[in-house]
Amino acid sequence: MSSVAVAHELPHAGHPAPTSFWRKYIFSLDHKVIGKQYLFYALFMLVIGGLLATLVRYQLAWPGRPLAFMGKIAPEGMPGGQMLPEFYNSLFTMHATIMIFFAIMPILIGAFGNFVVPIQIGARDMAFPTLNMLSFWTAVPGAVLIIWSFFVTGGAAQGGWTSYAPLSAITPRGQTLWLLSLLVLGISSLLTAVNFITTIINMRAPGMTFFRLPLTVWALFITAILLLLALPVLSGAMIMLLFDRTLGTTFFLPKGLVVSGQPWTNAGGGQALLWQHLFWFFGHPEVYIMILPAMGITSEILPVFSRKPIFGYRAMAYSIMGIAGLGFIVWGHHMFQSGMNPYLGTTFMISTMVIAVPSAIKTFNWLGTLWGGSIKFTTPMLHALSFVSMFVIGGLSGIFMAATPVDIFIHDTYFIVGHIHYVLFGGSLFGAFAGMYYWYPKMFGRMMSERWGKIHWFITFVCFNLVFFPMHFLGMRGMQRRIYDYTQYAHLKGLQPMNQFMTISLFVLGIAQIILVFNFFLSMRRGKLAGNNPWQANTLEWQTTSPPPHENFKGSVPSVYRGPYEYSAPDHDADFWPQNEPPSGARPAGAHAH
Amino acid sequence: MTPRRSRTGLARIAAIVLAAAALPSAATALPFWMKLPEGVSTYSGRVDGLFRLILWITGIIFVVVEALLLVFLIRYRHREGRRPRYTHGSNRLEVIWTIVPAVICVVLALLSRATWADIKQHLPKDGVQIEITAEQFAWNVRYAGLDNRFDTADDVLSLNQLHFPVGQPVIVTLHSKDVIHSFFLPEFRVKQDAVPGLSTRIWFEGTRTGHWEIACAELCGLGHYRMKGFVTVETPEEFAKWLHEQAASAAPEAAPAAAPEATPAASPQEAKS
Amino acid sequence: MMSKRALLILLAGAVSLTLAACGGGKEEDALDEESAPTTSTASAAAPAAAAPAAAPAAAPAAGGATITGKVAFAGTAPAKEQIKMDADAYCKAAHPTPVYTQDVEINPNGTLKDVFVYVKEGITGNYPAPTTPVELDQEGCQYHPHIFGIQAGQPLKIVNSDSTLHNIHALPKTNAEFNIGQPFKGMATTKKFDKPEMPVRFKCDVHKWMGAYVGVMSHPFFSVTNDQGTFEIKNLPPGTYTIEAWQEKYGPQTQTVTISGNESKTVDFSFKG
Repeated sequence: MSSVAVAHELPHAGHPAPTSFWRKYIFSLDHKVIGKQYLFYALFMLVIGGLLATLVRYQLAWPGRPLAFMGKIAPEGMPGGQMLPEFYNSLFTMHATIMIFFAIMPILIGAFGNFVVPIQIGARDMAFPTLNMLSFWTAVPGAVLIIWSFFVTGGAAQGGWTSYAPLSAITPRGQTLWLLSLLVLGISSLLTAVNFITTIINMRAPGMTFFRLPLTVWALFITAILLLLALPVLSGAMIMLLFDRTLGTTFFLPKGLVVSGQPWTNAGGGQALLWQHLFWFFGHPEVYIMILPAMGITSEILPVFSRKPIFGYRAMAYSIMGIAGLGFIVWGHHMFQSGMNPYLGTTFMISTMVIAVPSAIKTFNWLGTLWGGSIKFTTPMLHALSFVSMFVIGGLSGIFMAATPVDIFIHDTYFIVGHIHYVLFGGSLFGAFAGMYYWYPKMFGRMMSERWGKIHWFITFVCFNLVFFPMHFLGMRGMQRRIYDYTQYAHLKGLQPMNQFMTISLFVLGIAQIILVFNFFLSMRRGKLAGNNPWQANTLEWQTTSPPPHENFKGSVPSVYRGPYEYSAPDHDADFWPQNEPPSGARPAGAHAH
Repeated sequence: MTPRRSRTGLARIAAIVLAAAALPSAATALPFWMKLPEGVSTYSGRVDGLFRLILWITGIIFVVVEALLLVFLIRYRHREGRRPRYTHGSNRLEVIWTIVPAVICVVLALLSRATWADIKQHLPKDGVQIEITAEQFAWNVRYAGLDNRFDTADDVLSLNQLHFPVGQPVIVTLHSKDVIHSFFLPEFRVKQDAVPGLSTRIWFEGTRTGHWEIACAELCGLGHYRMKGFVTVETPEEFAKWLHEQAASAAPEAAPAAAPEATPAASPQEAKS
Repeated sequence: MMSKRALLILLAGAVSLTLAACGGGKEEDALDEESAPTTSTASAAAPAAAAPAAAPAAAPAAGGATITGKVAFAGTAPAKEQIKMDADAYCKAAHPTPVYTQDVEINPNGTLKDVFVYVKEGITGNYPAPTTPVELDQEGCQYHPHIFGIQAGQPLKIVNSDSTLHNIHALPKTNAEFNIGQPFKGMATTKKFDKPEMPVRFKCDVHKWMGAYVGVMSHPFFSVTNDQGTFEIKNLPPGTYTIEAWQEKYGPQTQTVTISGNESKTVDFSFKG
């Protein structure tokens, strides 16, 4: 009922438009610049993470076949181009770490969150612009540390991205840098989370009630809360592990540890499983930290290009909250075979089955949104639709491992690897691509090429499935994950052709991304001018210039009169109805009066 | 022989459902990579049955959802002049698609519970006792011997060689010396982490004789991929004979064999002094 | 793990990797000289002979004295323990006959093989490390040689001649520990020990019976007893020396000897079982 806009401007930490190069582009306080900085940061790390994956898959397709030029680049990890198992372990550890913490999180939360949230809620900037700048510049040393770890004695961390103790307590020095890097990055994420929460609660434009928030904002709001609650647990655990490695504590080192025939010097009193409990208490919400923003983006894009309201707005918002809440009580499903009390396994199985429900609600509501729509297959829409269809696979495959007896067989096999890639690539990354194509015009003022965008989408979508769907078959055959040379095992004989097929598909997938890079950079100069609202969307970011001016809106901040997805409303002529457009008959009120 | 099963009505329903789920796929001539490996333990069929049941359920959901998606995309593609349906949702539909997945999930959880309990919670009262101590990168297997009790003279030690008799429950106590390993017998549908500082007991029973492999399923270091053991399931007579042979070959130096890692007299400190 | 300029190349490289491997990958011939087993001049069987040969040229303090001797064994020989190589099918196939542990190797003439004899104290000169590598070969899931010496700073070339994974885990106390995997036949890695240390143990975590010891010396005056139980330390300058004989199982023994001029002296040791 609060449709009458409040006419006064909300308080915010205003800052004058910067003039110098450094303040404008490097140490900028402007959330839009910081968002772009995160975007470039994430895309760079995405490339590195992708290249690491390419090496991993090369080894899996042709185990031990030399790759001459890699012998020059990594003489210790790949002497003569032949990959060593410890280097392989580093590769998949760093691939996952970089993709999760340095690519997907920064692109979804850092880039889109920063760029989109303040404009969508009608704010001039984040609540704490300086803190925002610090968040980004804390994330940079995190990335430097993680890349540096490749160059230290013994190479980068080799314990998997999950870094299970005690292995992670006894591996070479790279693991210490891994811990330091993620600790630094954790500070950055916490600062961001605090900033988002404060901004979304306090800085909404007049009339922008919680249930008029675009679902992207809802998703990022809940994501920020998840970060705030889950990340400190990981940081605490990582500090404990760091102490175990460097100061001789024994948080995770049980009594009587004998490593390579030698009694381990500081062992006694610790619990190996403690790390897993702490890690997954963070780790499972982390999965939702990576998927919720992509769900938000998808929920944003589907109505725009179906030209009809989102189906069940409140259910969508509540299911985000439901996923987030349940996300904190399912961590044990990563530990069914860990030696945790099997009675607990049943408990966690039930909570895990329950968390499938809000995901199902979202999926059906997305289908409901498409039903009866007028669907335009733009590049962002194609990626959002890919998100929906691929997330279905990632969600359904999750039910297999939620069922504890089935998990006995598929736990730690490629089935899990397939599942996580359907969620994080099929889900998060397609969501990120959707967001990128969708907001690019707003970020850079020009459109990306639709034709090349569609070609990129098509190859990516097809090859993604060719790479990752067979992983389920590998898992069904019992192929363990994180395994350097599966041809050693009798039960995995005959899987090499499939692995080669997957690897070649990955090469094609990788090459297709070059199209994206060119489209991205060339469109900055050559793209068609976007205008304010190229997609004819309702949310506030499209009601200002592209790119938006300093402080986002000329004049006062907009007043909001309706929800974000009023498309094809019967009592309105145009098929879209911007949130800030005053109701017909009413004079432009509030904001414009000043 | 088999563990006490929870003789609830639920378990019986589960058995029927699982049998039904297993039937259609049994006869099909799929390529090998689309099939689970042959199951050779008493409970592998129950695990596979659940797998197939979930495959059917999720498969149907998958087909329905993706088909709906495609139909909507084709049917509701943009056409000039057609006005989209203006709706904010339907409470009734939303309630339906909240309840249906919830019911399916709860049923699956209940079906899984009984199987899980029989595999991981209810150990058989007696069985062949074997102790496996994992370390980077090998499986130390200790057999209780013919008297089926540990710490007696007839204990037999082997490295990476797991023998056990067919048709008898085997109770394995898992330990680890250094890091976490995972004891994985793919064909037996057995997987259990070996955690340093913990002692975990699992059981399984082979249904036919043959040779298989032990795999390590939890990353344990550079030799993880090669932490392979060998499984031989044989008749009880063959197993007893094998134990005899092993005990005989190890007899002359039973004492040093018990401590293969014992440091020799010359530690570096002594050498320096 | 990676070279300093690697980062930039990494970016460029993996793109070309993508292109190269897409064509099916024809890199079989790409095994470059770094990993190909080169024909080293350093004989693995006689590292002691190879080392002094290189040393005198750069070492002004070299003399012409020689210490020879024999290491006898008294008492009852410990029972030999057969190694169960069935832990790895490859190793088992490599040895049709039984293989025994190597910790006490008694020669037919009653002497001890594989005793490391070296000048422990009394060396005053500076002896730069030779650049010829000492080779440690892994063949038939055993180390060759089992006991050997090397100078600090001298390259140690570790070769895998087996078609199975070996990881060479060096367990020094003062030098830097290393642990590297060699999954394929023909792989070679060159390492160095920076500081003198006696002894340094090597082990393979995949094949737990595999063990070797190296004496890392600051000088070239060391030797290992052969299958006659004798050793020879050449080119010693005049002086008074503490000679130590170190046996893997029985530890060290020392004797003092004074040399003047280019004489030859005999120093015998005896170990009791």
